[in-house]
Amino acid sequence: MDDLRQKFIDLIAGATDEATLEQVRLSAIGKKGEVALKMRELGRMTPEERQTVGPALNALKDEIASAIAARKAGLEDAALDARLKGEWLDVTLPGRRRGALPGTIHPISQVWEEVTAIFADMGFAVAEGPQIETDWYNFDALNIPDHHPARGEMDTFYMHRTEDDDRPPHVLRTHTSPVQIRSMQQQGAPIRIICPGRVYRADYDQTHTPMFHQVEGLVLDKGTSMANLKWVLEEFFSAYFGTTVKTRFRASHFPFTEPSAEVDIQCSWEGGTVKVGEGDGWLEVLGSGMVHPHVLRAGGVNPDDWQGFAFGMGIDRIAMLKYGIPDLRAFFESDLRWLRHYGFSPLAVPTLHGGV
Amino acid sequence: MKFTLSWLKEHLDTTASVDEIVETLTDLGLEVEDVVDPSAKLNAFTLGHVKSAEKHPDADRLNVCQVETDAGVLQIICGAPNARAGITVVVAKPGTYVPGIDTTIQVGKIRGVESHGMMCSEREMELSEEHDGIIEMPSGEVGQGYADWLAANDPASVDPMIEIAITPNRPDALGVHGIARDLAARGLGTLIKRAVEPVAGTFPSPIKVTIDADTRDGCPLFTGRVIRGVKNGPSPAWLQARLKAIGLRPISALVDITNFFTYDRNRPLHVFDAGIVKGDLRVHRAAGGESLTALDDKVYTFAPEMMVISDDAGAESIAGIMGGAHSGCTDATTDVFVESAWWDPVTIARTGRALKINSDARYRFERGVDPAFTLPGLELATRMILDLCGGEASEVVVAGEVPDHARTIRLDTDRVQSLVGMAIPAETQLAGLTALGFHIEGDTVHVPSWRPDVHGEADLVEEVARLASLSGLKGQPLTRAQPGVPKPVLTSAQKREQIARRTTAALGYDECVTYSFIDGPSAALFGGGGETTRLENPISSELSHMRPALLPGLLQAARRNQARGMTNMALFELGAAFCGGEPGEQQTEVTGLLIGRTGPKDVHGASRPVEIYDVKADAEAVLAAIGAPAKVQILRDGDAWWHPGRHGRICLGPKKMLGVFGEVHPKILREMDVKGPAVAFTLYPGEIPMPRNTSAARPPLVLNDLQAVERDFAFVVDRGVEALTLVNAAQGADKTLIEDVRVFDQFIGGSLGEDAKSLAITVRLQPRDATLTEKDLEAVSARIVEKVENATGGRLRSQGSTT
Repeated sequence: MDDLRQKFIDLIAGATDEATLEQVRLSAIGKKGEVALKMRELGRMTPEERQTVGPALNALKDEIASAIAARKAGLEDAALDARLKGEWLDVTLPGRRRGALPGTIHPISQVWEEVTAIFADMGFAVAEGPQIETDWYNFDALNIPDHHPARGEMDTFYMHRTEDDDRPPHVLRTHTSPVQIRSMQQQGAPIRIICPGRVYRADYDQTHTPMFHQVEGLVLDKGTSMANLKWVLEEFFSAYFGTTVKTRFRASHFPFTEPSAEVDIQCSWEGGTVKVGEGDGWLEVLGSGMVHPHVLRAGGVNPDDWQGFAFGMGIDRIAMLKYGIPDLRAFFESDLRWLRHYGFSPLAVPTLHGGV
Repeated sequence: MKFTLSWLKEHLDTTASVDEIVETLTDLGLEVEDVVDPSAKLNAFTLGHVKSAEKHPDADRLNVCQVETDAGVLQIICGAPNARAGITVVVAKPGTYVPGIDTTIQVGKIRGVESHGMMCSEREMELSEEHDGIIEMPSGEVGQGYADWLAANDPASVDPMIEIAITPNRPDALGVHGIARDLAARGLGTLIKRAVEPVAGTFPSPIKVTIDADTRDGCPLFTGRVIRGVKNGPSPAWLQARLKAIGLRPISALVDITNFFTYDRNRPLHVFDAGIVKGDLRVHRAAGGESLTALDDKVYTFAPEMMVISDDAGAESIAGIMGGAHSGCTDATTDVFVESAWWDPVTIARTGRALKINSDARYRFERGVDPAFTLPGLELATRMILDLCGGEASEVVVAGEVPDHARTIRLDTDRVQSLVGMAIPAETQLAGLTALGFHIEGDTVHVPSWRPDVHGEADLVEEVARLASLSGLKGQPLTRAQPGVPKPVLTSAQKREQIARRTTAALGYDECVTYSFIDGPSAALFGGGGETTRLENPISSELSHMRPALLPGLLQAARRNQARGMTNMALFELGAAFCGGEPGEQQTEVTGLLIGRTGPKDVHGASRPVEIYDVKADAEAVLAAIGAPAKVQILRDGDAWWHPGRHGRICLGPKKMLGVFGEVHPKILREMDVKGPAVAFTLYPGEIPMPRNTSAARPPLVLNDLQAVERDFAFVVDRGVEALTLVNAAQGADKTLIEDVRVFDQFIGGSLGEDAKSLAITVRLQPRDATLTEKDLEAVSARIVEKVENATGGRLRSQGSTT
């Protein structure tokens, strides 16, 4: 029986395809196979012989069957290996996208959202208003009467007036401050808002474009002081630049605030680049002050009951500072190379918990 | 406003350095814009002593000098005729930059003899045009810095010039005296006050002055006098130097004197040639149409109400703004009439703006000149004219009187604390205000005549705070309106804009921010460019009209990128477009523009030209992201800038358009010089209804255990039949059973003929109560076929179950 076993084990090992293996299976454990023939001989054996030979034959049958199964699996694996070998691909070829590559968010939009996230945490809502304004909202209501020299200094764009219309010409808002007036008129005091948006001045050179973006802030409450303003701005700049930023207030003048201050932020100028929040240099970034009583009255707020501060800064400007963008004019040229270099991922939504 | 250190020191007794002064001015609100220190370029020059000078062996005009310097004895070759032993000179050693010859001195050989430096003339250091020889110093030690010597012996020549920005509220700081007052009040020295000594007139003024009754409000006070027998000519060197240092050109003594007081005291003056003035002077309102050639040699025509100074011959001066050329002073002038008047700021501002004259006088009068200093100013000018030009002064003529400028404000010294948040002792506040010229009686503050800007309590707070310095302000937390986690602040519309922006970018578009104004012709192509949206004063014709849509700006951006060699692009912008020129005639749009191919050439063959189905899918994706209803109509007949057969308006009913997509009309591309293909979409977020249900909770998910069945149908229809008609018809066959109808194939022409096409749809049937039997399926299929055939006039081509 050992010879038989060895014969079939050798045949199984020698089979190189499934057909040969099937032949071996039939000749070994098929109905007319050699093991089956041996089984038939059991009837002629003594019960004692049968008790030893029977189980041995069964064991042989099982052994051959599992050897065949193992060989079959081996042959299948080999066949698969051979097939897969032929299925080699150049994995260094570029991947195939199922949609377009994501585009980019313009730095102004990104910074707009960053600024909103920070001020929202301090309780500021976002107010918006029309870009074409009456001269009352843009000037008179902000304590800049018709003859005020500041009107001439603002490089205002005026809308055309037809001859039969004797109203003063509308203007492209020179600041987002008119939104303060409209907001005061709509909701009164107390109020805590920022007003971001496009503003316009008739100026074009290396550092000026006829359109740019401003964000203004307005807080009216009982007993709100310039010291609160300083805190708000230092909190804002520190959150925005991601490092503690000191501010310096300098006395100044704006028609719509009294007292007024220009605000510098701490910076260093090493190697021709500005780094905010370090060094002992100062960079002027915004104008601010305590809202002028005339402005409060124009907004329908009683200056005897309410007081507060306002400030305004350039969104483009602080975007340039934070992200190291050298030229303001390029913001509005839509050069694809610029957009892709300075733009942001659409998924990079600024959050306070993730850092703006 | 420019001035020099030495000029300031005539009004301020101080030992403060230039740096201290500059820092203090900025902190006080007089922001320093520029400091020019002439000694800076002289720092490297030192004094030397010529020990010997001998003829150059090889050149007649040159001397070989041995010069003792702080770097030892140097041999210097010099060609100046006055180079000789014994004189003290100014030496530029090797390495020194000499500005007048734009050269850095090197050691060199001149005709075979080494030279180790240069002895300088004034011109070589850009101090004057003097170049007859090298400077011979009257004093000075070897090694002493030349700049130091000048500072000690001739300070005017190295006088630092300071330029400050003057905010419109501070006309008093348009005079050096006012600047000195601010610095003194801060404690940076003592204000030098000089009493104005009136000059007694020796004869009555032959020129009298009257102010018309209707002009008294514009000119409350006019003073003047004649000075006869003056000799006009160049002004003295000190006066010329002073004017030149602040960028003014010296003209003649009389003109220079008026300019001097303009800057010294913020007191503009005018000097008429009394020999030319006919009769008396009259201050009056123009009737309109009179004209005058002014000192700038331009002719100005007066509008009614403008103020004019006339003599018997007509207009001689644009009152308070600019004198006339005819009666102006010349070198031949011997008799003058000096004017010192006070003009109403508003009238001056309006006239100046209307006539477009920017003069020093207008600049000052429209901001506010000290009315109480009108007559003292005349006296100071008289004194200086007599001193510099000689002559004899008449008695003063005065018309009108000093306008009432008295104002009082109640002082509350606690207000600084409550408004600014700084604790400043009451005595300090009072002392500061007094130093600025405010007069205090109890709690009443009298405002000085030179501070037209101070009207209320807040103004006093500002004065006190800026004197104390805002640099000392300490931040104080602004308490939250409510404790705890802040509430969301964005409105639904604002959130929609952010989602629309980020979704569009995620679809592959790069966000642009283009100007809100574009050129008229481009605006006109998109339905704008009219008079209501035209800017009166655009900075260029390229930016003359408010944009009627965002698409033209993006097409221009595409053209610029194409010019840079970019061929494929996806651009978008989110912003306002303007339908009129009134506030609020603007609406927010989101516009995306695809140009060229979907991407660069690609190994997978995925790149293809962009087409309207790309922008349609993108528009739908953005609409879905911002919560627009899924069920919309696609209508045709949109604006003329779309390809007439290749655009669709996304609508809720015929009047409510949420957006539009399509191929840009080839004529537009040609006009705007953009290479196609170009497809675009525009969405109007403001038109999209807000969802009625604002709850965060979702409706319950209803799942059906019965398996859905899909059946395919193909119909042959006329080529003009729209797929949506077919889909809607199929959908209508059984509204509960049919869950979805999808077009999956379109075949045009071929065996069907040119005018027909085959459209194939998959209908998904979701049984609700029981599995569908073959009979049920046949029944619903028959209804679908019937509905579609009725709606489209087509016929069924084939049907079957989806595999």
